[in-house]
Amino acid sequence: MHGEMLHQMAHLVQSGEAVRYSAQALHYTVWIPGLPLLAAVITLIFGRWYIRDRAHWIPCLAVFGSFLLSLKALWDVIHGVWANFDLFSWVVASTVKVSVGFQIDPLSVMMLAMVSCLSFLIHVYSIGYMADDPGYYRFFSYISLFTFSMFMLVSANNFLQLYFGWEAVGLCSYLLIGFWYEKKSAADAAKKAFIVNRFGDFGFALGVFLVFVYFGSLYYQEVFPRVHEVIAGKSLYLLGHPVAVPSLIALLLFCGALGKSAQFPLHVWLPDAMEGPTPVSALIHAATMVTAGVFMVSRCHAIFELSEVAMLAVAAAGTITCFMAATIAPTQFDIKRVIAYSTLSQLGYMFMACGVGAFAAGMFHLFTHAYFKALLFLGAGSVIHAMHHAPDPNDMRNMGGLKKYMPATYWTFLIASLSISGIPGFAGFFSKDEILASAFFSEYPWGKFVWFVGTLVAAITAFYSFRVVFMAFHGEFRGREVIHGEPHESPKVMTIPLMLLALGAIVSGWIGIPEVLGGGSHFAHFMAPVLGHHAFHAAKSLELGLMAISVAAGLLGIFAAWLAYVKRPSLQYLFPRRLPVVYRYLYRKWYWDEIYLYLLVKPTLWVADTVVALIVDTFAIEGTVNGLPQTVRFVGGGLRRFQSGVVQHYALIMALGAFALMILLHYYF
Amino acid sequence: MIELKIAEFPWLSLIIWLPVAGALLLGLIPRRAEGLIKGLALVVALGDLAVSLPLWFNFDRHFVGFQFVEKHSWIKALHAQYFLGVDGISVLFILLSALITVLCILISWESITKKVKEFYISLLLTSAAMIGVFCALDLFLFYVFWEAMLIPMYLIIGIWGGPRRLYATIKFFLYTLLGSVLMLVGIIVIYFKAGSLEIPTLMQMGLPYKLQILLFLAFFAAFAVKVPMWPVHTWLPDAHTEAPTAGSVILAGILIKMGAYGFLRFSLSFFPKATLGLAVPMLVLSIIAIIYGALACLAQSDLKRLIAYSSVSHMGFVTLGIFSLTGNGVEGAILQMINHGVVTGALFMCVGIVYDRTHSREISYYGGLASVMPIYAAFFMVFTMASIGLPGTNGFVGEFLILLGTFQAKKWATAFAATGVILGACYMLWLYQRVFCQKINPQIARLPEMNLRETVALLPMLLLVLWIGIYPKPFLSFMHVSVGHLLQHVHAAGSGPGLTQLIKEGLHAVFPA
Repeated sequence: MHGEMLHQMAHLVQSGEAVRYSAQALHYTVWIPGLPLLAAVITLIFGRWYIRDRAHWIPCLAVFGSFLLSLKALWDVIHGVWANFDLFSWVVASTVKVSVGFQIDPLSVMMLAMVSCLSFLIHVYSIGYMADDPGYYRFFSYISLFTFSMFMLVSANNFLQLYFGWEAVGLCSYLLIGFWYEKKSAADAAKKAFIVNRFGDFGFALGVFLVFVYFGSLYYQEVFPRVHEVIAGKSLYLLGHPVAVPSLIALLLFCGALGKSAQFPLHVWLPDAMEGPTPVSALIHAATMVTAGVFMVSRCHAIFELSEVAMLAVAAAGTITCFMAATIAPTQFDIKRVIAYSTLSQLGYMFMACGVGAFAAGMFHLFTHAYFKALLFLGAGSVIHAMHHAPDPNDMRNMGGLKKYMPATYWTFLIASLSISGIPGFAGFFSKDEILASAFFSEYPWGKFVWFVGTLVAAITAFYSFRVVFMAFHGEFRGREVIHGEPHESPKVMTIPLMLLALGAIVSGWIGIPEVLGGGSHFAHFMAPVLGHHAFHAAKSLELGLMAISVAAGLLGIFAAWLAYVKRPSLQYLFPRRLPVVYRYLYRKWYWDEIYLYLLVKPTLWVADTVVALIVDTFAIEGTVNGLPQTVRFVGGGLRRFQSGVVQHYALIMALGAFALMILLHYYF
Repeated sequence: MIELKIAEFPWLSLIIWLPVAGALLLGLIPRRAEGLIKGLALVVALGDLAVSLPLWFNFDRHFVGFQFVEKHSWIKALHAQYFLGVDGISVLFILLSALITVLCILISWESITKKVKEFYISLLLTSAAMIGVFCALDLFLFYVFWEAMLIPMYLIIGIWGGPRRLYATIKFFLYTLLGSVLMLVGIIVIYFKAGSLEIPTLMQMGLPYKLQILLFLAFFAAFAVKVPMWPVHTWLPDAHTEAPTAGSVILAGILIKMGAYGFLRFSLSFFPKATLGLAVPMLVLSIIAIIYGALACLAQSDLKRLIAYSSVSHMGFVTLGIFSLTGNGVEGAILQMINHGVVTGALFMCVGIVYDRTHSREISYYGGLASVMPIYAAFFMVFTMASIGLPGTNGFVGEFLILLGTFQAKKWATAFAATGVILGACYMLWLYQRVFCQKINPQIARLPEMNLRETVALLPMLLLVLWIGIYPKPFLSFMHVSVGHLLQHVHAAGSGPGLTQLIKEGLHAVFPA
């Protein structure tokens, strides 16, 4: 990235010269979502018979095209050309007018570039990973469709298109989690993901309605610039109690983010979503789709900032999820699940940043996280690829010593782990530190607490990340019996994307090196015109001190993991033995699945089965009317007699009805 | 005064009477010539669709009032006229009816094997009467079509239906009859009060508030049964389940829309004060239908029954939109009526396709079907998503406008109704999983994929799902003027005393003590 350029841009913007959305510029950005959509449709229709095992070509080329166009858009936005234009009118009813339209500014162009880059690399990786799968064409069609949907989500210029993208990525997620639909667990997980997200979308939709009721429009440009005059300080009555309108809108919108970004209490779907193929976990359930919630909150920051309650809710959800997921991850043995919980935890960090008003820091972490987390998943995928003869290829207890067999996977995985552990120089260090510093110096009263939890979790994160590294790659290989042979490195088509991502997991952080370390905070400056600038003024020594604490926490975590999984393996059994109850609680994921099952799923089905189907339909309503058909059935056997029987009733009912009505009319008037 | 634009060519008459003529022609063909019968029926239905296209192209979307009007005197003694015309509320249903008739013939091609001739005659007659209902501008003519439609319809269920068809037919008949009779009484009262049967004239009559309430309830009886609204919905699962595929498609696609159409055409415009007074109870009934129908879906083990209950839930959204009495809500409701006809009609066609192969409607009979019939599974997935209301499909546009319109009027109603969206995802995805995912059930392992005829029958529905989902503007543009005018009329009437007050007075009148 062109740091200097970004900085200049930020200056231009702050002086108010460049912030002009143009309706004429950047129309080529339509093809960024357009190409993958075409690719998806072509592959889906012709894949089964004509394209088959060449199905990767069209989607890969299309997404590469999107990537190049995104880079061009990034270049243009850096040079001060922003765009906001409509493609065609979509829903036009009595008072609603919404188009399919695009808003290209620093926030959306950053997402476009990141998504297209990752999507392309993961498309390529999938050529190797999904080879020989009977649903090869279907897979490529779905992930192209996903890429299209994600582009639509991030480049929308109105809430309805945002919602379109929001639901469309959900559909693709559903299709891809359930990609191996013959497996019951996969089909269950897919359904669960969709339905849990629906709960969030329920609130999100109401939030969008509320926006429309107050602003009379769903276009961002007619909402965000006007929040102060339209909703600030307003309240409405809910069950007789006044509720602040900004709080209500922000909280309802945030419900959607809770679902999509899998934050507490709607986090339960994401770990199960690992049933999907690993490239899907990397692209959708780590790097892009699950961060849509953070993107949406940042996009709507003008509304959130009006409400302290909403900011507290965002910070609380982030903090709870961050901590909870970090406590579950070290107890899991499924390599993908560990990484899934680390995703939950890292998403928690992003919301923590949003909840202390540091939206740019949250977006920065979203950006770097995309690279190192996708890398972790793809590395895990490479390992699973090597283990695929095992009955459970994801089980880390059967791995070990893979470093020797798959060096490319090992080194790239190690880089990703160093990055997520916040080791200086790697991308994760800069973004995580930005969040922790923003929290510490935040003007919100919960800032210090957020900082404390964030630092604590940094240590746990390093611990469980390196637990995976040591369990999978170090020591002796334990899986000879289960895979009947030696593990092998993955093909080049898989390892080259790993290496490119490893590069991203290091350098993606360099665009946001803070001033205190001699950098220019270019990322924050680039985002400032959209997200506002939340500079904190702190003593340099204090800032460096905090940084040292978080680095120490990370190193401590790595050391602990080394101690328990390399140096003295007996230590790892200490915790389960000494505190079996706590261990079990964590191992069973805080029992959230069971809680939902017994408090929500079972009662609903019980109501459906018993109350609705049996009591009401069979007895109450049917009982009163059923007497008649039974008499009729008694009268009539064949069709002819049945008709004559009905005629009598016709007359009877007619007479009764007319009689009743006449009596009423007589007395009433 | 409501303006009328007289038709230069009697398109509406042609659309109504062409199927009747076709039915008569079919009567002349010997019953052994089954191929000829089916072919002729298809040609007639296609011809009918073709002659209905001028409604799409020549309809003046900025004209307030009725177009394509034909007016001739008919029964002088009753002042009944042969009076036809369409406006933005009714025009789309005529097109949809014509389309669905074609698809019904295609889908019945091989599944109907007994009394083939009678079946296609009934189908064409039903089609004619349904279109007549949407065209009629004379109350008496409307009532004639309304009742005429029932006869071929219960023949279809009663003769070509499933094992419990007799029970289903009788129930269907009794419910609709009960409602129709009360409406007939209402029509008679209106005739004597207003001295006219012309619908455009009657729209202007200002009846006293209490009479409006009573007449509203009388018409409500007929429409609520048709929609069907909770709690008079129980005929629907039986009728849907027992009807042959074409019967279910017509029921879901057109017939139950007549109730909602009736609300718009009669209840709102004839009794505006009563509509305002009774809107909240109507919203409550709609919400109950939405949630209750969805919950009932979760308890079903029969494919057709599940989709039938989902109709109850979806039609709840339609009545919700209508009684939100906002422009967005009503336009959404009309669009959702079309959408529901397309989506639920298509789902019933889908069920029919596998039923023809297996003769089983039990969900547990299936499983893993996606591996056996992948193209079929893809079609079903699109219709499932449309039923759930996923953006990009037609279901979303309708639901969104309805919920938005309702939100503008009554926020609490939307909060309750939107839970139906969650439950909708639950039952449809669960259904999809049980039928298409998981291990292949051995008894369905060798089912043949959809053939060309079946694919052609489903394709128009698929295209409509996507067209309305992505570019609904042409459809919505029919409605703006008519809906705007209708709502202006309703809100101009002003509301009367509240419902509780009325009930008190009513009780006092009947029981003076």
